[in-house]
Amino acid sequence: MQSIPEIIRTIPLTHYVILSSALFCIGILGVLTRRNAIIVFMAIELMLNAVNLLLAAFSSYYSDPSGQIFVFFIMAVAAAEVAVGLAIIVMIYRNIQSIDIGILNKLKN
Amino acid sequence: MNLLFILFFPLVVGLILLILKPAKAFIWSFAASLIELVAAGYVLSQMAESASPQSYLHDWIPEVGISFSLLADGISGILIGLCALLVPFIIATTARTDKANNAQYQGLILTMQTALMGAFLAKDAFLFYFFFEASLLPIYFLASIYGGENRQAISFKFFVYTLFGSLFLLIGLIYVYLRTPGQIHSADMEVLYQTAHGLTAQHQGYLFLAFFIAFAIKMPIFPFHTWQPDTYTTSPTQGTMLLSGIMLKMGTYGVIRLVLPMFPLGMATWGSTAMILSIVGVIYGSIIAIQQKDAKRLLAYSSFAHVGLISAGMLTQSVEGIQGALYQMLSHGINVVGLFFVIDLIERRTKSRELAQLGGITQASYVLSVCFVILSLGSVALPLTNGFIGEFLLLKSVFDHQMTLGIIAGITIILGAVYTLRLIQKSMFGNVSRITKDFEDLSAAEKWVLIPLCALVILGGIFPNVVLNFSEASVVQLAQLVK
Amino acid sequence: MSFIYLIPLLPLLGFAINGLGFPRISKSLAGIIGTIPPLVAFILSMQLFLNFDGTTQILTLSEWIKVGDLSIPLAFQIDALSIMMLLVITGVGTLIHLYSMGYMAHDKGLGKFFAFLNLFVFFMLILVLGANFTVLFIGWEGVGLCSYLLIGFWNQKNSYGDAARKAFIMNRIGDLGFLAGIFLLIQHFGNTNYADIFSAIQAGDVPDNVGLIAFCLFVGAMGKSAQIPLFTWLPDAMAGPTPVSALIHAATMVTAGIYMVIRANVLFELSPEVLHFVGWIGLATALLGAAIGLFQNDIKKVLAYSTVSQLGYMFMGLGASAYSASFFHVMTHAFFKALLFLGAGSVIHAMSDEQDIRMMGGLKNKMPITYVTFLLGTIAIAGIPPFAGFFSKDEILAHLYHHDPWMWGLAILGSALTSFYMFRVFILTFWGEFRGTEKQAHHLHESPLSMTIPLMVLAVFSVGGGLINLPHFAGGHEFLATWLAPLLPESEGLGEVSFLSLEMGAPLMAAFLPAFLAIYIFGVKKSVPSEDAAISGIQKVVYHKFYIDELYDVLFVKPIALMSNFFAQVIDFLVIDLFVEGIGKGVQYASTEIRKAQTGNVGYYVFLMVISISIILFLGLKSWIL
Repeated sequence: MQSIPEIIRTIPLTHYVILSSALFCIGILGVLTRRNAIIVFMAIELMLNAVNLLLAAFSSYYSDPSGQIFVFFIMAVAAAEVAVGLAIIVMIYRNIQSIDIGILNKLKN
Repeated sequence: MNLLFILFFPLVVGLILLILKPAKAFIWSFAASLIELVAAGYVLSQMAESASPQSYLHDWIPEVGISFSLLADGISGILIGLCALLVPFIIATTARTDKANNAQYQGLILTMQTALMGAFLAKDAFLFYFFFEASLLPIYFLASIYGGENRQAISFKFFVYTLFGSLFLLIGLIYVYLRTPGQIHSADMEVLYQTAHGLTAQHQGYLFLAFFIAFAIKMPIFPFHTWQPDTYTTSPTQGTMLLSGIMLKMGTYGVIRLVLPMFPLGMATWGSTAMILSIVGVIYGSIIAIQQKDAKRLLAYSSFAHVGLISAGMLTQSVEGIQGALYQMLSHGINVVGLFFVIDLIERRTKSRELAQLGGITQASYVLSVCFVILSLGSVALPLTNGFIGEFLLLKSVFDHQMTLGIIAGITIILGAVYTLRLIQKSMFGNVSRITKDFEDLSAAEKWVLIPLCALVILGGIFPNVVLNFSEASVVQLAQLVK
Repeated sequence: MSFIYLIPLLPLLGFAINGLGFPRISKSLAGIIGTIPPLVAFILSMQLFLNFDGTTQILTLSEWIKVGDLSIPLAFQIDALSIMMLLVITGVGTLIHLYSMGYMAHDKGLGKFFAFLNLFVFFMLILVLGANFTVLFIGWEGVGLCSYLLIGFWNQKNSYGDAARKAFIMNRIGDLGFLAGIFLLIQHFGNTNYADIFSAIQAGDVPDNVGLIAFCLFVGAMGKSAQIPLFTWLPDAMAGPTPVSALIHAATMVTAGIYMVIRANVLFELSPEVLHFVGWIGLATALLGAAIGLFQNDIKKVLAYSTVSQLGYMFMGLGASAYSASFFHVMTHAFFKALLFLGAGSVIHAMSDEQDIRMMGGLKNKMPITYVTFLLGTIAIAGIPPFAGFFSKDEILAHLYHHDPWMWGLAILGSALTSFYMFRVFILTFWGEFRGTEKQAHHLHESPLSMTIPLMVLAVFSVGGGLINLPHFAGGHEFLATWLAPLLPESEGLGEVSFLSLEMGAPLMAAFLPAFLAIYIFGVKKSVPSEDAAISGIQKVVYHKFYIDELYDVLFVKPIALMSNFFAQVIDFLVIDLFVEGIGKGVQYASTEIRKAQTGNVGYYVFLMVISISIILFLGLKSWIL
């Protein structure tokens, strides 16, 4: 039975880098282009997970567990963030019946 | 310890007034200012007796070499005396007005006194800067809460303008401070003097400009004066007295304390420019004062002219010039407080400061007119009044420095007579007008403020040596440092 | 000699009592309190005069200003010159105080008036007693102040206040010159003590700029003694009560300039160009004053221009180095001009404050004492022997004759004009028919004793004052010249003069002929000067004082007023403040512009954030990537 790091190492590192870069860029594009707050939110999650993937890959390749520990931290923080973020979005929806970020410009004045 | 008392006592009483707001605020503040006067008098007489300066030293921010260092020598002694002497008069001028028992008002005046005292006492340059800036706060509130028409905008302009100037001072200070020797630098003035002397002429030139602009705005010197007439006119009378009587002396004092001893080479480059600007201000202010219609505004411009002469005199770096400047600061303080008080008395009774509407007041109040004439004579520098001693020494020093400049500056004694006599004529003499018809004679409290001021004007002209001897040693020392 | 301090202190005390006590002290008491100090001071001065042994004494009261190397003591100097001045000031001063008790009796400000008069005497005494130029300057400015206060004594009237201000300001112009002179003296000699300066010069330490020093001091004298171009204040100063005109603007203060030049004669002797200038200024003033005096119809204005003109004579004398002669004229002029002013005051008092001579006439029967004394004064000023004015003026003329015949000739012309206008005034006032109103005629009366006694005393001096310095040819010993000799340069002897020479004859002709002419025109033909509106041609120009006041107005007063408004409203408000406010406005403008970047749009922020992060990453990783 192969250990999980060994399984990870079966795929070359470059692939992980390319994959996570692609995911990250998709996330960025999602944040920049979408106006629905929930989708923007999901795009941010996507970017976080792209980083997670990279961390896990590097961690395996260099046999250094601290990378994976970071992944856990990020997941914990992301979970908290989602909780707060979704709550905010719900509140916004209740107030203005919309979650379009284009009309959220109250900060201006 | 004595110095600490002098420095913080007004603040303590001022804070009590500001926070607790006792009902009899006038008694509190007047008593405090008198105690302060006695304490300052005690310290100064001790200094005069022992002929040695007093100092106090305590760590403040030792990590960066900034200390809580106070010094009262012959030069600062004069200004401490001025500040301690004038504040009781200024507070007394509120007697029997709606401001007398306004705890906030009185508290601000006393707080102001601490800030002013601090600037005059500080030996550490950052401590000086701290108090120099701190003094803006109480006066800003005095002017913007209790002032006249358009007070918000005008006091805001004053605040920002002077703050803007002080930033140059801060930059300059930091520049010199960073060049002081040692791991932990020092902001002690003595050390700064030594350090600044080691700088090249070009650097000294820039630093001179930075420092001088800060003080020039405070004094003010032409062309940095445009905040002054408005602020003086709009501020409540006591605020104007504090501004012109004491606060502008922070500028002149700063030049004597910091600029002259620090940048002799900078002086060599820019000194004559600064002096010419000062003298331009003398003539310019005097000429404008001639046509002013508002008595307070007229005095504001006259104050501007007087300060220009003080500045020109001390920039000559001679013993006579600096002594004359110190003496004139003292006399000018006494005279303007008296003059602004007279204008205030007139305004209280007639609700007007317009010269065209006044006249004939001498028929209603002989004492007021006599006092006004005496104070005005001090202001036009008639011999045997305090103004003469100062102007004589100042004009002489400028004249010795450069004859043409001396003569041009001397025109002020003519123009000064023109606008001052016009002021007297339009307010005191002539026929009574509609609003001066029922002019009420002075009350006892008002006489008790005016008559001692007049006595000081005359005593100052007959016995100037009391003051001149006091500062002589320090000034001679300073003049040597400059050379 | 400690009583010397009392001489100036007594009037100061009188000032203090009357000044502080006004208006509680009753009028009669105030008059007495005011008159005693100068009287006692006069007695003390007399004592000083009689016991004077010819040595100069310096009494130092205290150090006044001590700064660095500069030390100015408050010190008095007692010498021949100051004693003579003391006598004149306190003597004439006492008489005028006495006169004022009568003249001002109806004025409710009497106490104040005496306080000011005493203060004036105090400052005048300081002026002559001072042992250095700076103490002299105290008195110099102090008398200017008193002059201001007294000219504007009736201050309800704005025109009087204007005249007072004019006097003070014009004096201040001169004072600036004087102050410059003091500074120059300090520059070279280190202090301003007469003794130090004059002994240094005698020891050969002559400053290079001695001419400039003398000139600066003379500028001061021009202001105080009303010389061209600073003379226009003196005629206006007649707004003050008449005793003031007599004391300040005729007998004492205006002669301070002459006193100062005599005092500083050492300096002036070293700069012949300046002396020359002094002489010509004096001559020009003498002629101008006399010319304007010819057509004035206000009795006091005539006397004022006459004073201007006589002061010009004194400066002419100084210009010819005839110091003792000028001083002699100062003394005799003090007598007869004070007499004339007081006489005029007596007339004005009787005429219920009418000053126009066209409204007078025929007063000789109503006021005999005033008439006789005024006549004596007129004869004295006209220079008719053997009255005081003849000797003093003649001495100046004799010096001029040797100094510069041109000046002499012109001075004779001025002398002739003087004689003419004085007799004109005299005749129009006292002879002929009364031309005033019915009411005035009814009111006419001789003045009270307190006013006529000073007139009589001064008349005696105007007649016999010449005895003080009676020249040798008239059998005298030139007492005054001998008395002052130690302080003056050795004068060139004038030699013997005979009555028949041109030198002697011309002044006599100049005194007598115009007098007869005036008697003919105004006494015999009884012509009266025409109304203001009827005056035309050159006469109008002269009557309006050559429009000099108007000229000054256009040259100085108006431009300064314009400049004042220009500075305040244009330069201050538009130029400087525009710049200052411009900085503030600039910051505000920039902030409103930059604020627009803040749209409040989340997407926009995110976009900016991504771009910024990319740039930062790119910059941070640049070296690593490339």
